Amino acid sequence: MSDHIVWIVLFPLLGGVACSLFGNFSKKICYPLAVGSMIASVWSSVHTLFQVIESPLHQVSYIQGGWTLDLFPRGVGIEFRADLLGALITLVVTGVGLIVVLYSKVPVQRQTPGKEPLYYTLFLLQITGLAGITLTGDAFNLYVLIEVAALTGYGLIALGSNRAAAATFNYIILGTIGASLYLLGVGYLYLKTGTLNMVGILEVIEANNLHDSPAMQVAFVLVLLGVLIKMAFFPFHAWLPKAYCHAPTTTSCLLAPLVTKVMIYVMIRMILSVFGVEFSFESTWWAEVMPWLVVVAIICAAVMALAQREIKSMLTYLIVAEVGYMVGGVWIYNYYGLVGSIFHVISDACMTLCLFLGAGIILEKCRTTHFDGLRGLFAKMPLTMIGFFIGGFSIIGLPPTCGFFSKWYLITGGMVSERWEYMVTLMFSTMVMVILFFRLIERIHLAVDESGKNLGKGHGDLGLTDEQTRFDEAPLSMLIPLLIAASIVIIVGVYNQEVVNLIELFLEDHNLPTGVTYK
Amino acid sequence: MTEDGSIFFQLLVERLNYFIYIVLLMIGLWAMIAKNNLIKKLIGMSIFQTAIILFYVSTAVKEDATIPIYLPEHDPHGTELNSESNQSGGMIHAPQVLEASLVSGYTNPLPHVLMLTAIVVGVATLGLALSVCLRIYRAYGTIEEDDLLLELEKEDGRKAGGFRKKRPRRMPSRGGKSKDKVRKGTDEKSKSGQVQTRRRKSGPSKPTSTKSNSNSDTQGGEKKPKSRRRKPSPRKPREDKS
Repeated sequence: MSDHIVWIVLFPLLGGVACSLFGNFSKKICYPLAVGSMIASVWSSVHTLFQVIESPLHQVSYIQGGWTLDLFPRGVGIEFRADLLGALITLVVTGVGLIVVLYSKVPVQRQTPGKEPLYYTLFLLQITGLAGITLTGDAFNLYVLIEVAALTGYGLIALGSNRAAAATFNYIILGTIGASLYLLGVGYLYLKTGTLNMVGILEVIEANNLHDSPAMQVAFVLVLLGVLIKMAFFPFHAWLPKAYCHAPTTTSCLLAPLVTKVMIYVMIRMILSVFGVEFSFESTWWAEVMPWLVVVAIICAAVMALAQREIKSMLTYLIVAEVGYMVGGVWIYNYYGLVGSIFHVISDACMTLCLFLGAGIILEKCRTTHFDGLRGLFAKMPLTMIGFFIGGFSIIGLPPTCGFFSKWYLITGGMVSERWEYMVTLMFSTMVMVILFFRLIERIHLAVDESGKNLGKGHGDLGLTDEQTRFDEAPLSMLIPLLIAASIVIIVGVYNQEVVNLIELFLEDHNLPTGVTYK
Repeated sequence: MTEDGSIFFQLLVERLNYFIYIVLLMIGLWAMIAKNNLIKKLIGMSIFQTAIILFYVSTAVKEDATIPIYLPEHDPHGTELNSESNQSGGMIHAPQVLEASLVSGYTNPLPHVLMLTAIVVGVATLGLALSVCLRIYRAYGTIEEDDLLLELEKEDGRKAGGFRKKRPRRMPSRGGKSKDKVRKGTDEKSKSGQVQTRRRKSGPSKPTSTKSNSNSDTQGGEKKPKSRRRKPSPRKPREDKS
C-alpha cells in the first residue's frame, strides 16, 4: 500500500458504494461504514503528507492505469499529483469530513429519517469529489470532480426542508454556469497547448512563450470566472447563503468549511501551476482590478452579515467575507499575501467547521438559531458555547487561535505590497466581526431584547425560569466533534510555524515578489 | 461581402461552428437569467452545456480526416488479409504510436471522449434539477419564479419571528389564491394573478414592504430587487400577445 494518494479518494468512494448497497438491508450499518472509510481516508492522507515531505522534490505522483508512453512522459492518462499544498488541503478536507461524519449521528437520524443510506452515500461521494479536486493533476479531470462535488452537494442540500430545495435550484443554475465556464476555459487551454496535464500545460506555455496569446487570455478569464462563481466571490455569491442556511445541519457543517475553500485552492493551483505566476499577474490586468473587487466584496459581505438576525445566516455571510480575504491575499501578488491566503484556507476551514458545528448543536437543542432564542445558553450548554466562541474568536482573529496568524500574514502582505485599501478593509471587517460575535455574547448573557427592553429584573437576572437555564448539554456524539474542532483551531494556532514552514517550502520555487508590486 | 478575409466570411463560412457556439451560449445564458419559468431556465442550462459540446467537437474536426480507428494499412496488428497469420504469430496487444505523418489522417479523439463525460455530467445535472423542480412544485404549487419568490418571502417572514409586525400587510392580499390558480393550471388565470400581485406590490405599500425586506428576509436582500427590476421585461410581451 505505497500508493496512499489513490486510497485517499478510493476509501470514501468504496464506502459510498457500500453504503448504498448494504444500507438497504440495515440502516444501522451506514454510520460505522462512513466513519470507517473516513478514518481510513484520513490515515492515507496523513501518510501522503509525510511521503510528500520526505520525497526529494516534495511531490508524489500516481498515473491512473499506468498510461505512459515514451512520446508523452507526463502520461496520457490522468495523473494524481500531491505537492505540499495539495497534500495539506487534502488532509484538511478528509479531516473535516471525519469530524463531521462523527458528528452526523444524531442530526442525520432526526432530519432525514429513513434516508440514512442515501445521505451517507452522498456524503462520502462529496468527500471523494473534494479530495479528488485537491489531488488531481489533470485539468479536465478537475472539471469532472468539481461536478461530482457539486452534484452531491445539490443532493445533500435538497435533502433539507422545502425552502432548501428552492435554494438548491439557484445553486444548480449558478453552479452549472460556473463549472461550464471552467470547462470552456479548459477547452481553450487544450487547443493552445495540446495537453490537459497541469504541469504539461505550464511547460508548454513557458516553452512557447504564449503569454501574449489572446486565446490564453480568454482561457484565463473563463477559468477564473468559473472558479469565482463556484467559490461564491461577492458579486456571484447569491447561491450560497440560502442554500447553506436551510440545508440539513450535517450538510452545512460539511459544505460550509470545504466547498469554498477547495475552490480557492483551485484558483491558487490554476495561478501557480497551470497558467504560471508570470502570466497570471503580469500579462493580465486582473492583479490591478481584483484587490478593489475584494474590497467591495468584503465590505458588502460584512455589512450583510451585520444585518442578519439568525446565527446560521450570519455565518453564511461570514463565509462570503472570508472568501474575499483569501482571494485578496492571492491577488495582492505578494509572497506574504499568498502564504497568508493558503494558511487562511486551512485555518478558515477549521474555524468555520467549529462555528457550524456549534450552530448545529444550538439548532438541535433550541430548534431555532434566531438571536431572540439564545438567552441563557451559557448556563444551559457551557461546553458547546465555549467551542462555538473559540471558532468565533478565531474569525475575529484573537491571538491563540489560528485565525490571528493567517490574518497576520494577510495584513503583512497588504502592507509590504502597499495595498493599503486591502489592509484597511481587513481591519474594517475585523471590527465588524468583533461586533457580530460580541453582540451574540451580549444576547446570551444579558436580558435585553431587540428593541433594548430589559426582560429580567436586573443584576444578572435573565428573565428565565430555572427550568430554562438548567444544565442540558448536547449529546456526546455532537459535543465531542465540536470540542475536537475547537482544540484544532487552537492547536493550529499554537503550532502555526510548522504549517507556515510547509507553505513556505511549497512557495520556494515560485518566483513571488516580496516587495511592492503595485505601480 | 463573401470575399476571403472579410469579417462576414470569417464568421459565416470559415468559423461558422464557433459563431454558432457563441450564439447558443448566449441564448442559454439569457434563458437562465431572464426566463421566469424554472423549466425554461433548465432548458437554457441544457442549451448552454450543449454549446460547449459543440465547441469541443468542432475543435477536433480536420479536413479529409477519418474517425480515429486504425485504417487497415496502419493497423499494427496487420491488414485484414494476413490477420489470420498474425493471430498465430506474436501480436502486440498494446497501443501503438503512429508516425506523425500518418496521424494527420485521423481526427483527434480526445475532445469527443471528453465530451462523452461532459454529456453524462449534463444529464445528471438536468435530472437532479428536474427532481428539485418537482419538489418545489409540490411544496409551493408553482414553478414560476416570481410566484415562488413571493411564497418564499412569506415563509421567511413567518420564520423571522421578531420582525413579524410589518409582514401581514401583504399576506391577506394573496390569501389562498396562489394554490388554486396553479392547481387549475390555466394560463389565463395565472397571468391575471401575477399581474394583480405586481400591481399591488408597486402600489402605495411599497416603501414599507421594501423596508421589511431588508430587515427580516434573511438573505434575499440581493435576490429580490433583481427580480423586481426584471419583472416588467419578460411579462410585457406575453401580455401583448394575449
